[in-house]
Amino acid sequence: MQNVELPGYRHSYLHGNVSASRSRAIAPLERDESVPMETCFVFFPGRSNGLLIRGGRVVNDDRSEFADVYVEHGLIKDVGVNLTVPDDVRVLEANGAMVIPGGIDVNTCLLKPHLGCPPVDDFFLGTKAALAGGTTMIIDHVVPQPGDSLLEAFERWQASADRKCCCDYSLHVDLPNWNAGVQDELEVLVQEKGINSFQVYMAYKDMFQMTDSQLYEAFSFLKDLGAVVMVHAENGDLIAQEQSKILSMGITGPEGHPLSRPEELEAEAVFRAITLGNRVNCPVYITKVMSKTAADTITQARRKGSVVFGEPITASLATDGSHYWSKNWAKAAAYVTSPPLSPDPTTPDHLHSLLACGDLQVVGSAHCAYSTSQKAIGKDNFTLIPEGTNGVEERMGFVWDKAVAMGKMDENQFVAVTSTNSAKIFNLYPRKGRIAVGSDADIVIWDPDRTKTITSKIQQSAVEYNIFEGMECRGGPVAVVSQGRVVYEEGEGLQVQQGSGRFIPRQAFPDHVYQRIRTRNKVKGRQGVTRGMYDGPVYDVPAMPKYITPSPSAKTSPTSHQPPPIRNLHQSNFSLSGAQLDDNVPRRSGHRIVAPPGGRSNITSLG
Amino acid sequence: MSGHSYQGKKNIPKITSDRLLVKGGRIVNDDQSFYADIYMEDGVIKQIGDNLIVPGGIKTVEANGKMVIPGGIDIHTHFQMPYRGTTTVDDFSQGSKAALAGGTTMIVDHVIPEPGSSLIEAFEQWRNWADEKTCCDYSLHVDITHWNDRVKQEVDILLKEKGVNSFQVYMAYKDFYQMSNSELYEIFTFLGEMGGIVQVHAENGEIIAEEQARMLEMGITGPEGHVLSRPEELEAEAVFRAITIASQTNCPLYVTRVMSKSAADIISQARKKGNVVFGEPITASLGTDGTHYWSKNWAKAASFVTSPPLSPDPTTPDYLNTLLASGDLNITGSAHCTFSVAQKAIGKDDFTQIPEGVNGVEERMSLIWEKAVTTGKMDENMFVAVTSTNAAKILNLYPRKGRLAVGSDADLVIWDPDTVRTVTAKTHNSAAEYNVFEGMELRGGPSVVICQGKLVLEDGGLHVTPGVGRFIPCTPFPDYAYKRVKARKQLAVLRAVPRGMYDGPVSDFSPLSRGGTPSASARTSPTKQPVRNLHHSAFSLAGNPAQRGELQKHLHLPISLPVSDCHRKYQGTHKYTHTHTRAFRSRLSVR
Repeated sequence: MQNVELPGYRHSYLHGNVSASRSRAIAPLERDESVPMETCFVFFPGRSNGLLIRGGRVVNDDRSEFADVYVEHGLIKDVGVNLTVPDDVRVLEANGAMVIPGGIDVNTCLLKPHLGCPPVDDFFLGTKAALAGGTTMIIDHVVPQPGDSLLEAFERWQASADRKCCCDYSLHVDLPNWNAGVQDELEVLVQEKGINSFQVYMAYKDMFQMTDSQLYEAFSFLKDLGAVVMVHAENGDLIAQEQSKILSMGITGPEGHPLSRPEELEAEAVFRAITLGNRVNCPVYITKVMSKTAADTITQARRKGSVVFGEPITASLATDGSHYWSKNWAKAAAYVTSPPLSPDPTTPDHLHSLLACGDLQVVGSAHCAYSTSQKAIGKDNFTLIPEGTNGVEERMGFVWDKAVAMGKMDENQFVAVTSTNSAKIFNLYPRKGRIAVGSDADIVIWDPDRTKTITSKIQQSAVEYNIFEGMECRGGPVAVVSQGRVVYEEGEGLQVQQGSGRFIPRQAFPDHVYQRIRTRNKVKGRQGVTRGMYDGPVYDVPAMPKYITPSPSAKTSPTSHQPPPIRNLHQSNFSLSGAQLDDNVPRRSGHRIVAPPGGRSNITSLG
Repeated sequence: MSGHSYQGKKNIPKITSDRLLVKGGRIVNDDQSFYADIYMEDGVIKQIGDNLIVPGGIKTVEANGKMVIPGGIDIHTHFQMPYRGTTTVDDFSQGSKAALAGGTTMIVDHVIPEPGSSLIEAFEQWRNWADEKTCCDYSLHVDITHWNDRVKQEVDILLKEKGVNSFQVYMAYKDFYQMSNSELYEIFTFLGEMGGIVQVHAENGEIIAEEQARMLEMGITGPEGHVLSRPEELEAEAVFRAITIASQTNCPLYVTRVMSKSAADIISQARKKGNVVFGEPITASLGTDGTHYWSKNWAKAASFVTSPPLSPDPTTPDYLNTLLASGDLNITGSAHCTFSVAQKAIGKDDFTQIPEGVNGVEERMSLIWEKAVTTGKMDENMFVAVTSTNAAKILNLYPRKGRLAVGSDADLVIWDPDTVRTVTAKTHNSAAEYNVFEGMELRGGPSVVICQGKLVLEDGGLHVTPGVGRFIPCTPFPDYAYKRVKARKQLAVLRAVPRGMYDGPVSDFSPLSRGGTPSASARTSPTKQPVRNLHHSAFSLAGNPAQRGELQKHLHLPISLPVSDCHRKYQGTHKYTHTHTRAFRSRLSVR
């Protein structure tokens, strides 16, 4: 009776994932870089590489039950009590502790260069830290420099990760700019490379920042591809102004960072991103929710029905921005990230409440660790300080400490925000994010009572300043199983294998995100009013009709030109929210009305 | 899943050795959808997957790629409810038949003991009625209509031995069902300790009584008087008060019948602050509005009478559907309680006498599909959550009910999202003459319904057997509501500050001068003096007691003051009231 939900899943994700990954999935738990993958299968001849996790309480996002979990070849084979398993399997005793799906950290930057230097935590150190904290999968951001090819950047990231990752990984691709070439590359990435999420920037003026019209086009295009649009939401124009103002006031230290990026600018951008998402009928995922006002904006939009997701990060959930005023420059600089940590000390508490009630869904870490000497690039000018904080190792612990141990959320919701919701949004569910037959054997035995004091001395990350230094954290993993292999056991330490992490491709159109979008496409098609032909006199107009507003910038594409509601019958059939076959073909709206071929004899024939 | 107990059921043999295969469907649970076949035996799902190995010659149902969803759970019905010597026209047989016709395979009915009578006797009475006639599985809520130590013992027995985990209390129906705030506090405290779910009918009964008298005085006697005497505000106020009491007593709260936007907003705000509160909009509030109370046809207008009333704001259904989609409201019921026109006509000259209740058990699922899913507000997984899974979780029946999984009960529905049906009293399965959704076109409906592993709806034909429905016992402390409550209890240990003994002079005082506010009604128990209860004052669920205190002040004062009768009662709970009363009074008299 125990294996409740199981058989159905086995095939459901088979069809949900690119089958290539399956053949790799069965492969090799102990993989050496020199050994070609196909041959790794025969590592323990004569011995099954099964693993039994006994006597635990299996906690999924919907319920908890006492059950054993049997794992073979990196997959969960059985869940239940009194399982029949081979004699020679390794047994991991859970002793009544929680057995949860391994965490998924959806936001890491382990290769994102700042002015040419990569962060000190690469894919090896970063994933090692992740595993130590109970996270068994990361999704890293590919950050191409403006002008670079997305595909090349993606391949560079993938190559580095394949060589170094110790746990499964996947990749988001950030869009540094928007043009026709990018569109072709996006199609390839989505359809052939298994990428279904892309980040756009509303900040970093003259670098990554896109204008609203570009965002509109990017949203429309990505939505047709079935991708998840991630937004770095901050008003870059205002930040640039504020930065120069603050520098001219003589403030050059890290405190200038939050001063030039007030909370309001984040909330404004979140609101704008959601508005764009609503107009295009595109799901929006806000990365790094750092302030109360930004979170509240998301909450309100969700209540009105917008498909929007919010991701607070370890830093915003566990600490605040008061440290920017620290007298110790190196310490203050360690907190620099964008959007900045809010100086309001009640922020973490508020974000946890919203996470507990489901208004925010996913916890990332935005782990991007630079050494103090790298941070010191900006010692005389805060705008040059490389941005990024640590958090991949501490992520799950702090959610437990600040939300579950405080009674704000229960253990099932804990699993949802640290793992299941990410798997659903990024189309990994139920392969990841659930303990069920057929799912990947990424499992954590979690001890809610373990207490640990965070310090850079015992952390896995190479960063000198841990922004959570000295904080006590209840809850932590006692054992971590990644790909069916025990990589961490209390007392035994970490036993990771560099390069054992697999790239997990993700298909477009995740159900959790796109079901509603699809229906809305169908029902929200707008139609013009069918009218009789107007054949009265027409006033002579100058060559430039008034409804062609001059585009605010040369980059603006005519597709995002919103027609004035009154007269333009030609355009009234075009639905802003509905998917059209030719959505991505630029449409020259103005021309058609001014001089249709054959003269303007019969206006209704177009309707 | 261990040990399904078919306790105390005489009719197990009827459902055994039923084997059924549903082929080629898309299984939709609340977390994901996937293509698979389902094989069930003896009323339980035995296998899910592709290419199942099943015995030959069994009955096969082709789903043809349609959705296969867990059967709906209607968590709020009043079948065969006694009312002044008559009963509602839909008895357990008729009502559960209508439920099955609409894709609902389990109902939860309310036991309403007469004030002063035994809860357990009433419960047994309802069990007998339901066992005899119900066509689908059922559970029962018990309403607490009066409160004393004997009732407390009975509630304890119902929770521990009888399989009831939810109890409804009333904040309306003055001098009848209505509870005072102190009684509510005691009940909430007790149920919070015992692991029960407090359901609350949230309306301010005191003010309603005043308003009703005023309406009748003004000569308004028709059904429009019903909604005029129960404005939206009174619902919102009571919801807020119930949440405050639940938060103070650390007890999970379930608000039955969320009928208005403002009540829904209060719930949604409280959830954001961390309160454990669940809201249940009903079919009627999700599908229609209160403009019909002004219908010239008395019988039609009277058929919409229910409490809290449907809001005359026509944007309400849309708003509630949106909150249901965003997860701010969680569970849907129907509050199906049907009276014939002749029964409604008891109140033809006085709207306060009209028996209250609307239909909705049959339309519930289709209506949510039509209003929320086809409009793109919610997806199919969320649809399953609000019509079935969440109810199963709060009743502590998950995953036996509310999920298609191996080991779950074989209650499932093949859902056709494209079928269109026009609701009309001519063809509905209820015995009521009027349908409040008359003329509405609903897309989406069940094409096959399987209940207890048996086909009950197929090819448009409904084959039900009264009496096969089993009572499903619910156990206390459902994880869905109680995990957080339990954790908070551990944190909420309050300690006094150890101080040196005060040995200075103490002035003379008369023994009655403080703490001894006379109780407002005879029912109030003297054990609780919330005003002075410093033990509770420091404890906050949401973490910010100061802020909550502010809100409480704002919301309560203006509403509770105009009625002179009720302010005395409030004195017990809200210390602000007394000092502010005079100021407000004088302002009132000017008005």
